[in-house]
Amino acid sequence: MDSAQLLIILATAITTATPLVFACLGETLTERAGVINLSAEGTVMLGAMVGFVVAKTTESVWLGFLGAAAVGMLVALIVAYGAITLRQSQIAIGFVLALLCSDLSSYLGNPYVRIPGPTVPPAFPIPILEAIPVLGPLFFRQGDVLVYASYVLIIGMWFYFYRTRAGLTLRAIGEQPAAAFVRGHNVVALRYLYTLIGGAMIGIAGAAFSLDFKAGWSHRHTAGYGWIALAIVIFGGWNPLRVALGAYLFGILQSLASVAQSSIQDVPTQVFTVAPFILMILVLVLTSAGWLDRLLGYLPVTPRRALMRALRTAPPAALGRPFEQD
Amino acid sequence: MNSTIPSQTTLPWLWRLPALVYRSGALIISLLLIGLIVLLSGASPIEVIGRMLVGAVSTPDQIGRVVATLSTLLLCAAGLVYTFNAGLYNLGVEGQVTFGAIATTFVLRLLYPEEATASLLPPPLTIALGILAGALGGVLWGLLAGALHVYGRISEIFAGLGLNFAATGVAIYLIFGPWKRPGVASLSGTQPFDESLWLGTFGQTEATPVGLGLGLLALLITIVVMRNTYFGLRLRAVGKNQYAAHVLGVPARQQLLSAFFICGLFAGLAGAIQVVGVFHRLIPNISSNLGFLGLLVVMLVNFDPLWVLPVALFFSALNIGSLQLPLSLGLESSLAGVIQGLLVLFALLGRGLAQRYAAS
Amino acid sequence: MGLFACATAGFGLRVKVELQHIHKRFGPVHANDDVSLTVEAGTIHGLLGENGAGKSTLVKILSGFITRDSGVILLDGRPAHIRSPADALRYGIGMLHQDPLDFPPLTVVENFMAGSPSTPPILNPRAAEREFRRWCARFNFDIDPHAQVGDLTVGERQQLEIVRLLANGVGTLILDEPTTGISASQKTLLFQTLRRLADEGKSIIFVSHKLEDVEALCDRVTVMRRGQVAGELDLRPLHAGAQQASSHHPEIAARIVELMFGRALAMPTKPPTRRDEVVLSIEGLVLRSDRLEIRVDQLSLHRGEVVGIAGLEGSGQQLFLTACAGLEPPAAGSIHIAGHNLTHRPYADFLRAGVCYVPADRLREGLIAGLTIQEHVALRASGRHFFIDRAEVRAEAERAIAAFNIRGRPDTYVERLSGGNQQRTQLALLPAPLSVLVMEHPTRGLDIESTLWVWQQLIARCQQGTAILFASSDLDEIVQYSDRVIVFSGGRVSPAIPVAELDVELLGQMIGGRF
Repeated sequence: MDSAQLLIILATAITTATPLVFACLGETLTERAGVINLSAEGTVMLGAMVGFVVAKTTESVWLGFLGAAAVGMLVALIVAYGAITLRQSQIAIGFVLALLCSDLSSYLGNPYVRIPGPTVPPAFPIPILEAIPVLGPLFFRQGDVLVYASYVLIIGMWFYFYRTRAGLTLRAIGEQPAAAFVRGHNVVALRYLYTLIGGAMIGIAGAAFSLDFKAGWSHRHTAGYGWIALAIVIFGGWNPLRVALGAYLFGILQSLASVAQSSIQDVPTQVFTVAPFILMILVLVLTSAGWLDRLLGYLPVTPRRALMRALRTAPPAALGRPFEQD
Repeated sequence: MNSTIPSQTTLPWLWRLPALVYRSGALIISLLLIGLIVLLSGASPIEVIGRMLVGAVSTPDQIGRVVATLSTLLLCAAGLVYTFNAGLYNLGVEGQVTFGAIATTFVLRLLYPEEATASLLPPPLTIALGILAGALGGVLWGLLAGALHVYGRISEIFAGLGLNFAATGVAIYLIFGPWKRPGVASLSGTQPFDESLWLGTFGQTEATPVGLGLGLLALLITIVVMRNTYFGLRLRAVGKNQYAAHVLGVPARQQLLSAFFICGLFAGLAGAIQVVGVFHRLIPNISSNLGFLGLLVVMLVNFDPLWVLPVALFFSALNIGSLQLPLSLGLESSLAGVIQGLLVLFALLGRGLAQRYAAS
Repeated sequence: MGLFACATAGFGLRVKVELQHIHKRFGPVHANDDVSLTVEAGTIHGLLGENGAGKSTLVKILSGFITRDSGVILLDGRPAHIRSPADALRYGIGMLHQDPLDFPPLTVVENFMAGSPSTPPILNPRAAEREFRRWCARFNFDIDPHAQVGDLTVGERQQLEIVRLLANGVGTLILDEPTTGISASQKTLLFQTLRRLADEGKSIIFVSHKLEDVEALCDRVTVMRRGQVAGELDLRPLHAGAQQASSHHPEIAARIVELMFGRALAMPTKPPTRRDEVVLSIEGLVLRSDRLEIRVDQLSLHRGEVVGIAGLEGSGQQLFLTACAGLEPPAAGSIHIAGHNLTHRPYADFLRAGVCYVPADRLREGLIAGLTIQEHVALRASGRHFFIDRAEVRAEAERAIAAFNIRGRPDTYVERLSGGNQQRTQLALLPAPLSVLVMEHPTRGLDIESTLWVWQQLIARCQQGTAILFASSDLDEIVQYSDRVIVFSGGRVSPAIPVAELDVELLGQMIGGRF
């Protein structure tokens, strides 16, 4: 395999992973606020179906994305109401919604199975940037506006998390809602807000499949991607950059698999979908056992701090727990 | 601060309705929503109900399929009663079914090699060993999730989900790799077993007495254990308040691992039955998602095994009845899942509303 | 416009804080019953009282964390509308909570910026860091701005919070138990800082358990008891005698203890049940938690003996009791039960040796909400058989209900019982031959009749040879029922003193940390 070939594989990986990036970032946003939206599997599928149907009937892909975002928000609203207001188990509600929305997408999307529909128009390489050696062909000759949008989203979300006041507040309510409340923030309202926005992004991920990267609609069109997104968020340690990296890693595994198909016939591509989960469990085992901290404890302060931050995978401390004012 | 007992908020008296009102209100809303969704797909709810009823019980064959589904579902649900009562969301049940099925297939292939013309041991013994292997496979996968949770302090939800995919990955690898059909490997599964290794059925139907027997037995044992034994009581104690149970002398870790063990055991049996009783081979989706459906069943009955049988029967009938929809009305069979999901979702929301707002 | 005017009130102005006729009920508990308090600008005002006296409720009302039922808050004579922490911050009121309410995974600078009105929409960490360093330099605080807050000591986290509140323009500073868990030098620095802030005109409310801290620091002190103001004292005479702050005024200490606990101690009423045999012995025990380190050099408990633990709550009693019961492993030292070394042995071994723990938080730690009385009875009997003999368990539960006078039926869920009946249920669940009974607040929340009844039962246990180790915030209870008393104060533990040798003043001093 020469370098040109490698570049093509990597560029394809980035393309393949793009819808997943949307879903992962949406889930990251939600979880950072302290809420687990376990419905991702169903939301992505319902988003894909609704996006396709809306785009087909209105003949506008962008309205399709809008519809997918709305349906993602609606599902997230149910999660938020059950989890934040009624203080029921987020796991139970999210899980039921995951199954329910998958089936709903199959049922209501039945008349639209395997018919041609509108797709996102191709985009052009980004001038100037495409000329950068290696990075140009890798990132900026993608020919798809959603891929470019995902770059903006990744960087934007990272910037929002770590460089803005609102992002600092977001991280705060997921870590210590009581402390955020004392500082004058409306924890409940903010959790609703971020759960809804995150849900919209997960819905958009679905439409990104059905209107672009895996154009069309069929039963269980996006099966598995929602669960994978949940795993990647953990793997990525709730940091937008690392989460995106996790999604790309998954994309690479997939494109490598299709390349390898010809040489290693014994191993079907589906086996590679397992990889993120194995990685997730390994990451969880490594980081929760505490020996990593002990090992890092031998390092001098400055590199230790940098490494700790880079490797940090502790979930937001209040993840999954309801907040009660008094 | 993070109390698990929701506090009641102050509301005008008008809102303080009895808990029953909230719960039945939620049920009515879910039924209305189901009707609305059926209407959205351009069908008549009445007709759909009729077709599904006909599809579930009109022929012995259909009843047999309902019973076959019920058998597997009962095993899964019975196992999940233990984990739910121990306070665990064992989403890994699917993987436990799958790994049980893999173990069963492994033993059956061992005892009836592809080139052989007959089983090395008497077929009933082979089947029994296969089922036993399935149970062990499920236990292995269950204890793996349990160990990750209890010793690795990893959320049982993510450990379980991860192990589900890992089990599916193993199954697909085997189906396409070492266990592939002579000629062409495909997602349709391994080479079917010789008919001598199929479980006997009720007449010409898909239902097997062994499967149904195991399902009912598992449920019966579960009801007895949960209601009448110290073990069941300790399990509920740990699930409701791990620390207080520890203070009262209940070995919490041991109880949690036991719950994973038993759930894995029953799920593994379910996987074995899917192989020897239903599909007669290993297929990628060998569980038919009945593990997840089991989660819904047990959530709907609020973890009380006494109500599992009627709900599981209803859900099985929905599953099989809905298979008629594509043929007769051009609708998708996933309506069954929509109905099941909406019923459970609104039961959860109704419970939440009652806890939060109802007058005590 | 109103809010804007208030926002400036915090900056540099001298604010007099008045709380008038504050009422707050939590269900049946009247946590604040017509409480009035005035804090003059430029003073440090101590707020003393037992746990449950209502001081925490009061300051949380002022800081907007909980809303009052009725009453008025005046700032410089103008009514303030405080319904949330955000409101309080706008009025320049900030509170330093007992457990630092900050964000452990974030860095110091991020914590400094979080929730600050002066933080720009796009963060400027460098500017914030400069600002932070400036504030630190002002008070001689030495905190690394890039450290993760979770790695700091409690004292440093406190300093960070003070700096953050001041940077946010807080003119009224409330400190809730600020001296628990910090080092002596950090305490000195804290007191210097507070003094200086008061001199600059800030109003400071200092909520504490510790007499010596209040005496050393405060200009005035208000003592609360059972939701009401028990009295107020001027402490300036203490400091007036020039800089020798150590000058001790026993009459003021005695007066404060009297206000906190009532006029005189009750009379001991416990019959002698102590036998010679030692059943629990502790050597060189060291216990550590996030906030505290406790050392108990030596303590022996004899069969039939009752040892009461006095001291203000949060001084480490719970940690000590759970360690004695085998629920918390000690960092060092040994625990022997009836001659057997059980240090670091599993909790089950303690149970087998006849040690039992009855926690104060009945519904969270002692009983299991969602299970009935008879299920609790069965749970205790668990292990003997596989099947539950329902009739037998029911009969046993009925016997227990009758013997312990519990108002409930065998199938009553424990969360439906009243507090007194929950405590009776806890006692009913204790196994019959028992070597050591470890109890936390045995009669908290019970009426007089139930309290007497509980102690009758406990003394009957002692007569059978059980040793009891209990902590209580009710001094009368401790004096009435103990053979010997030990006092916890900020992690330090006094030697055991026979109850006959105690008087109010000695106890007051010990609780204040002088022994």
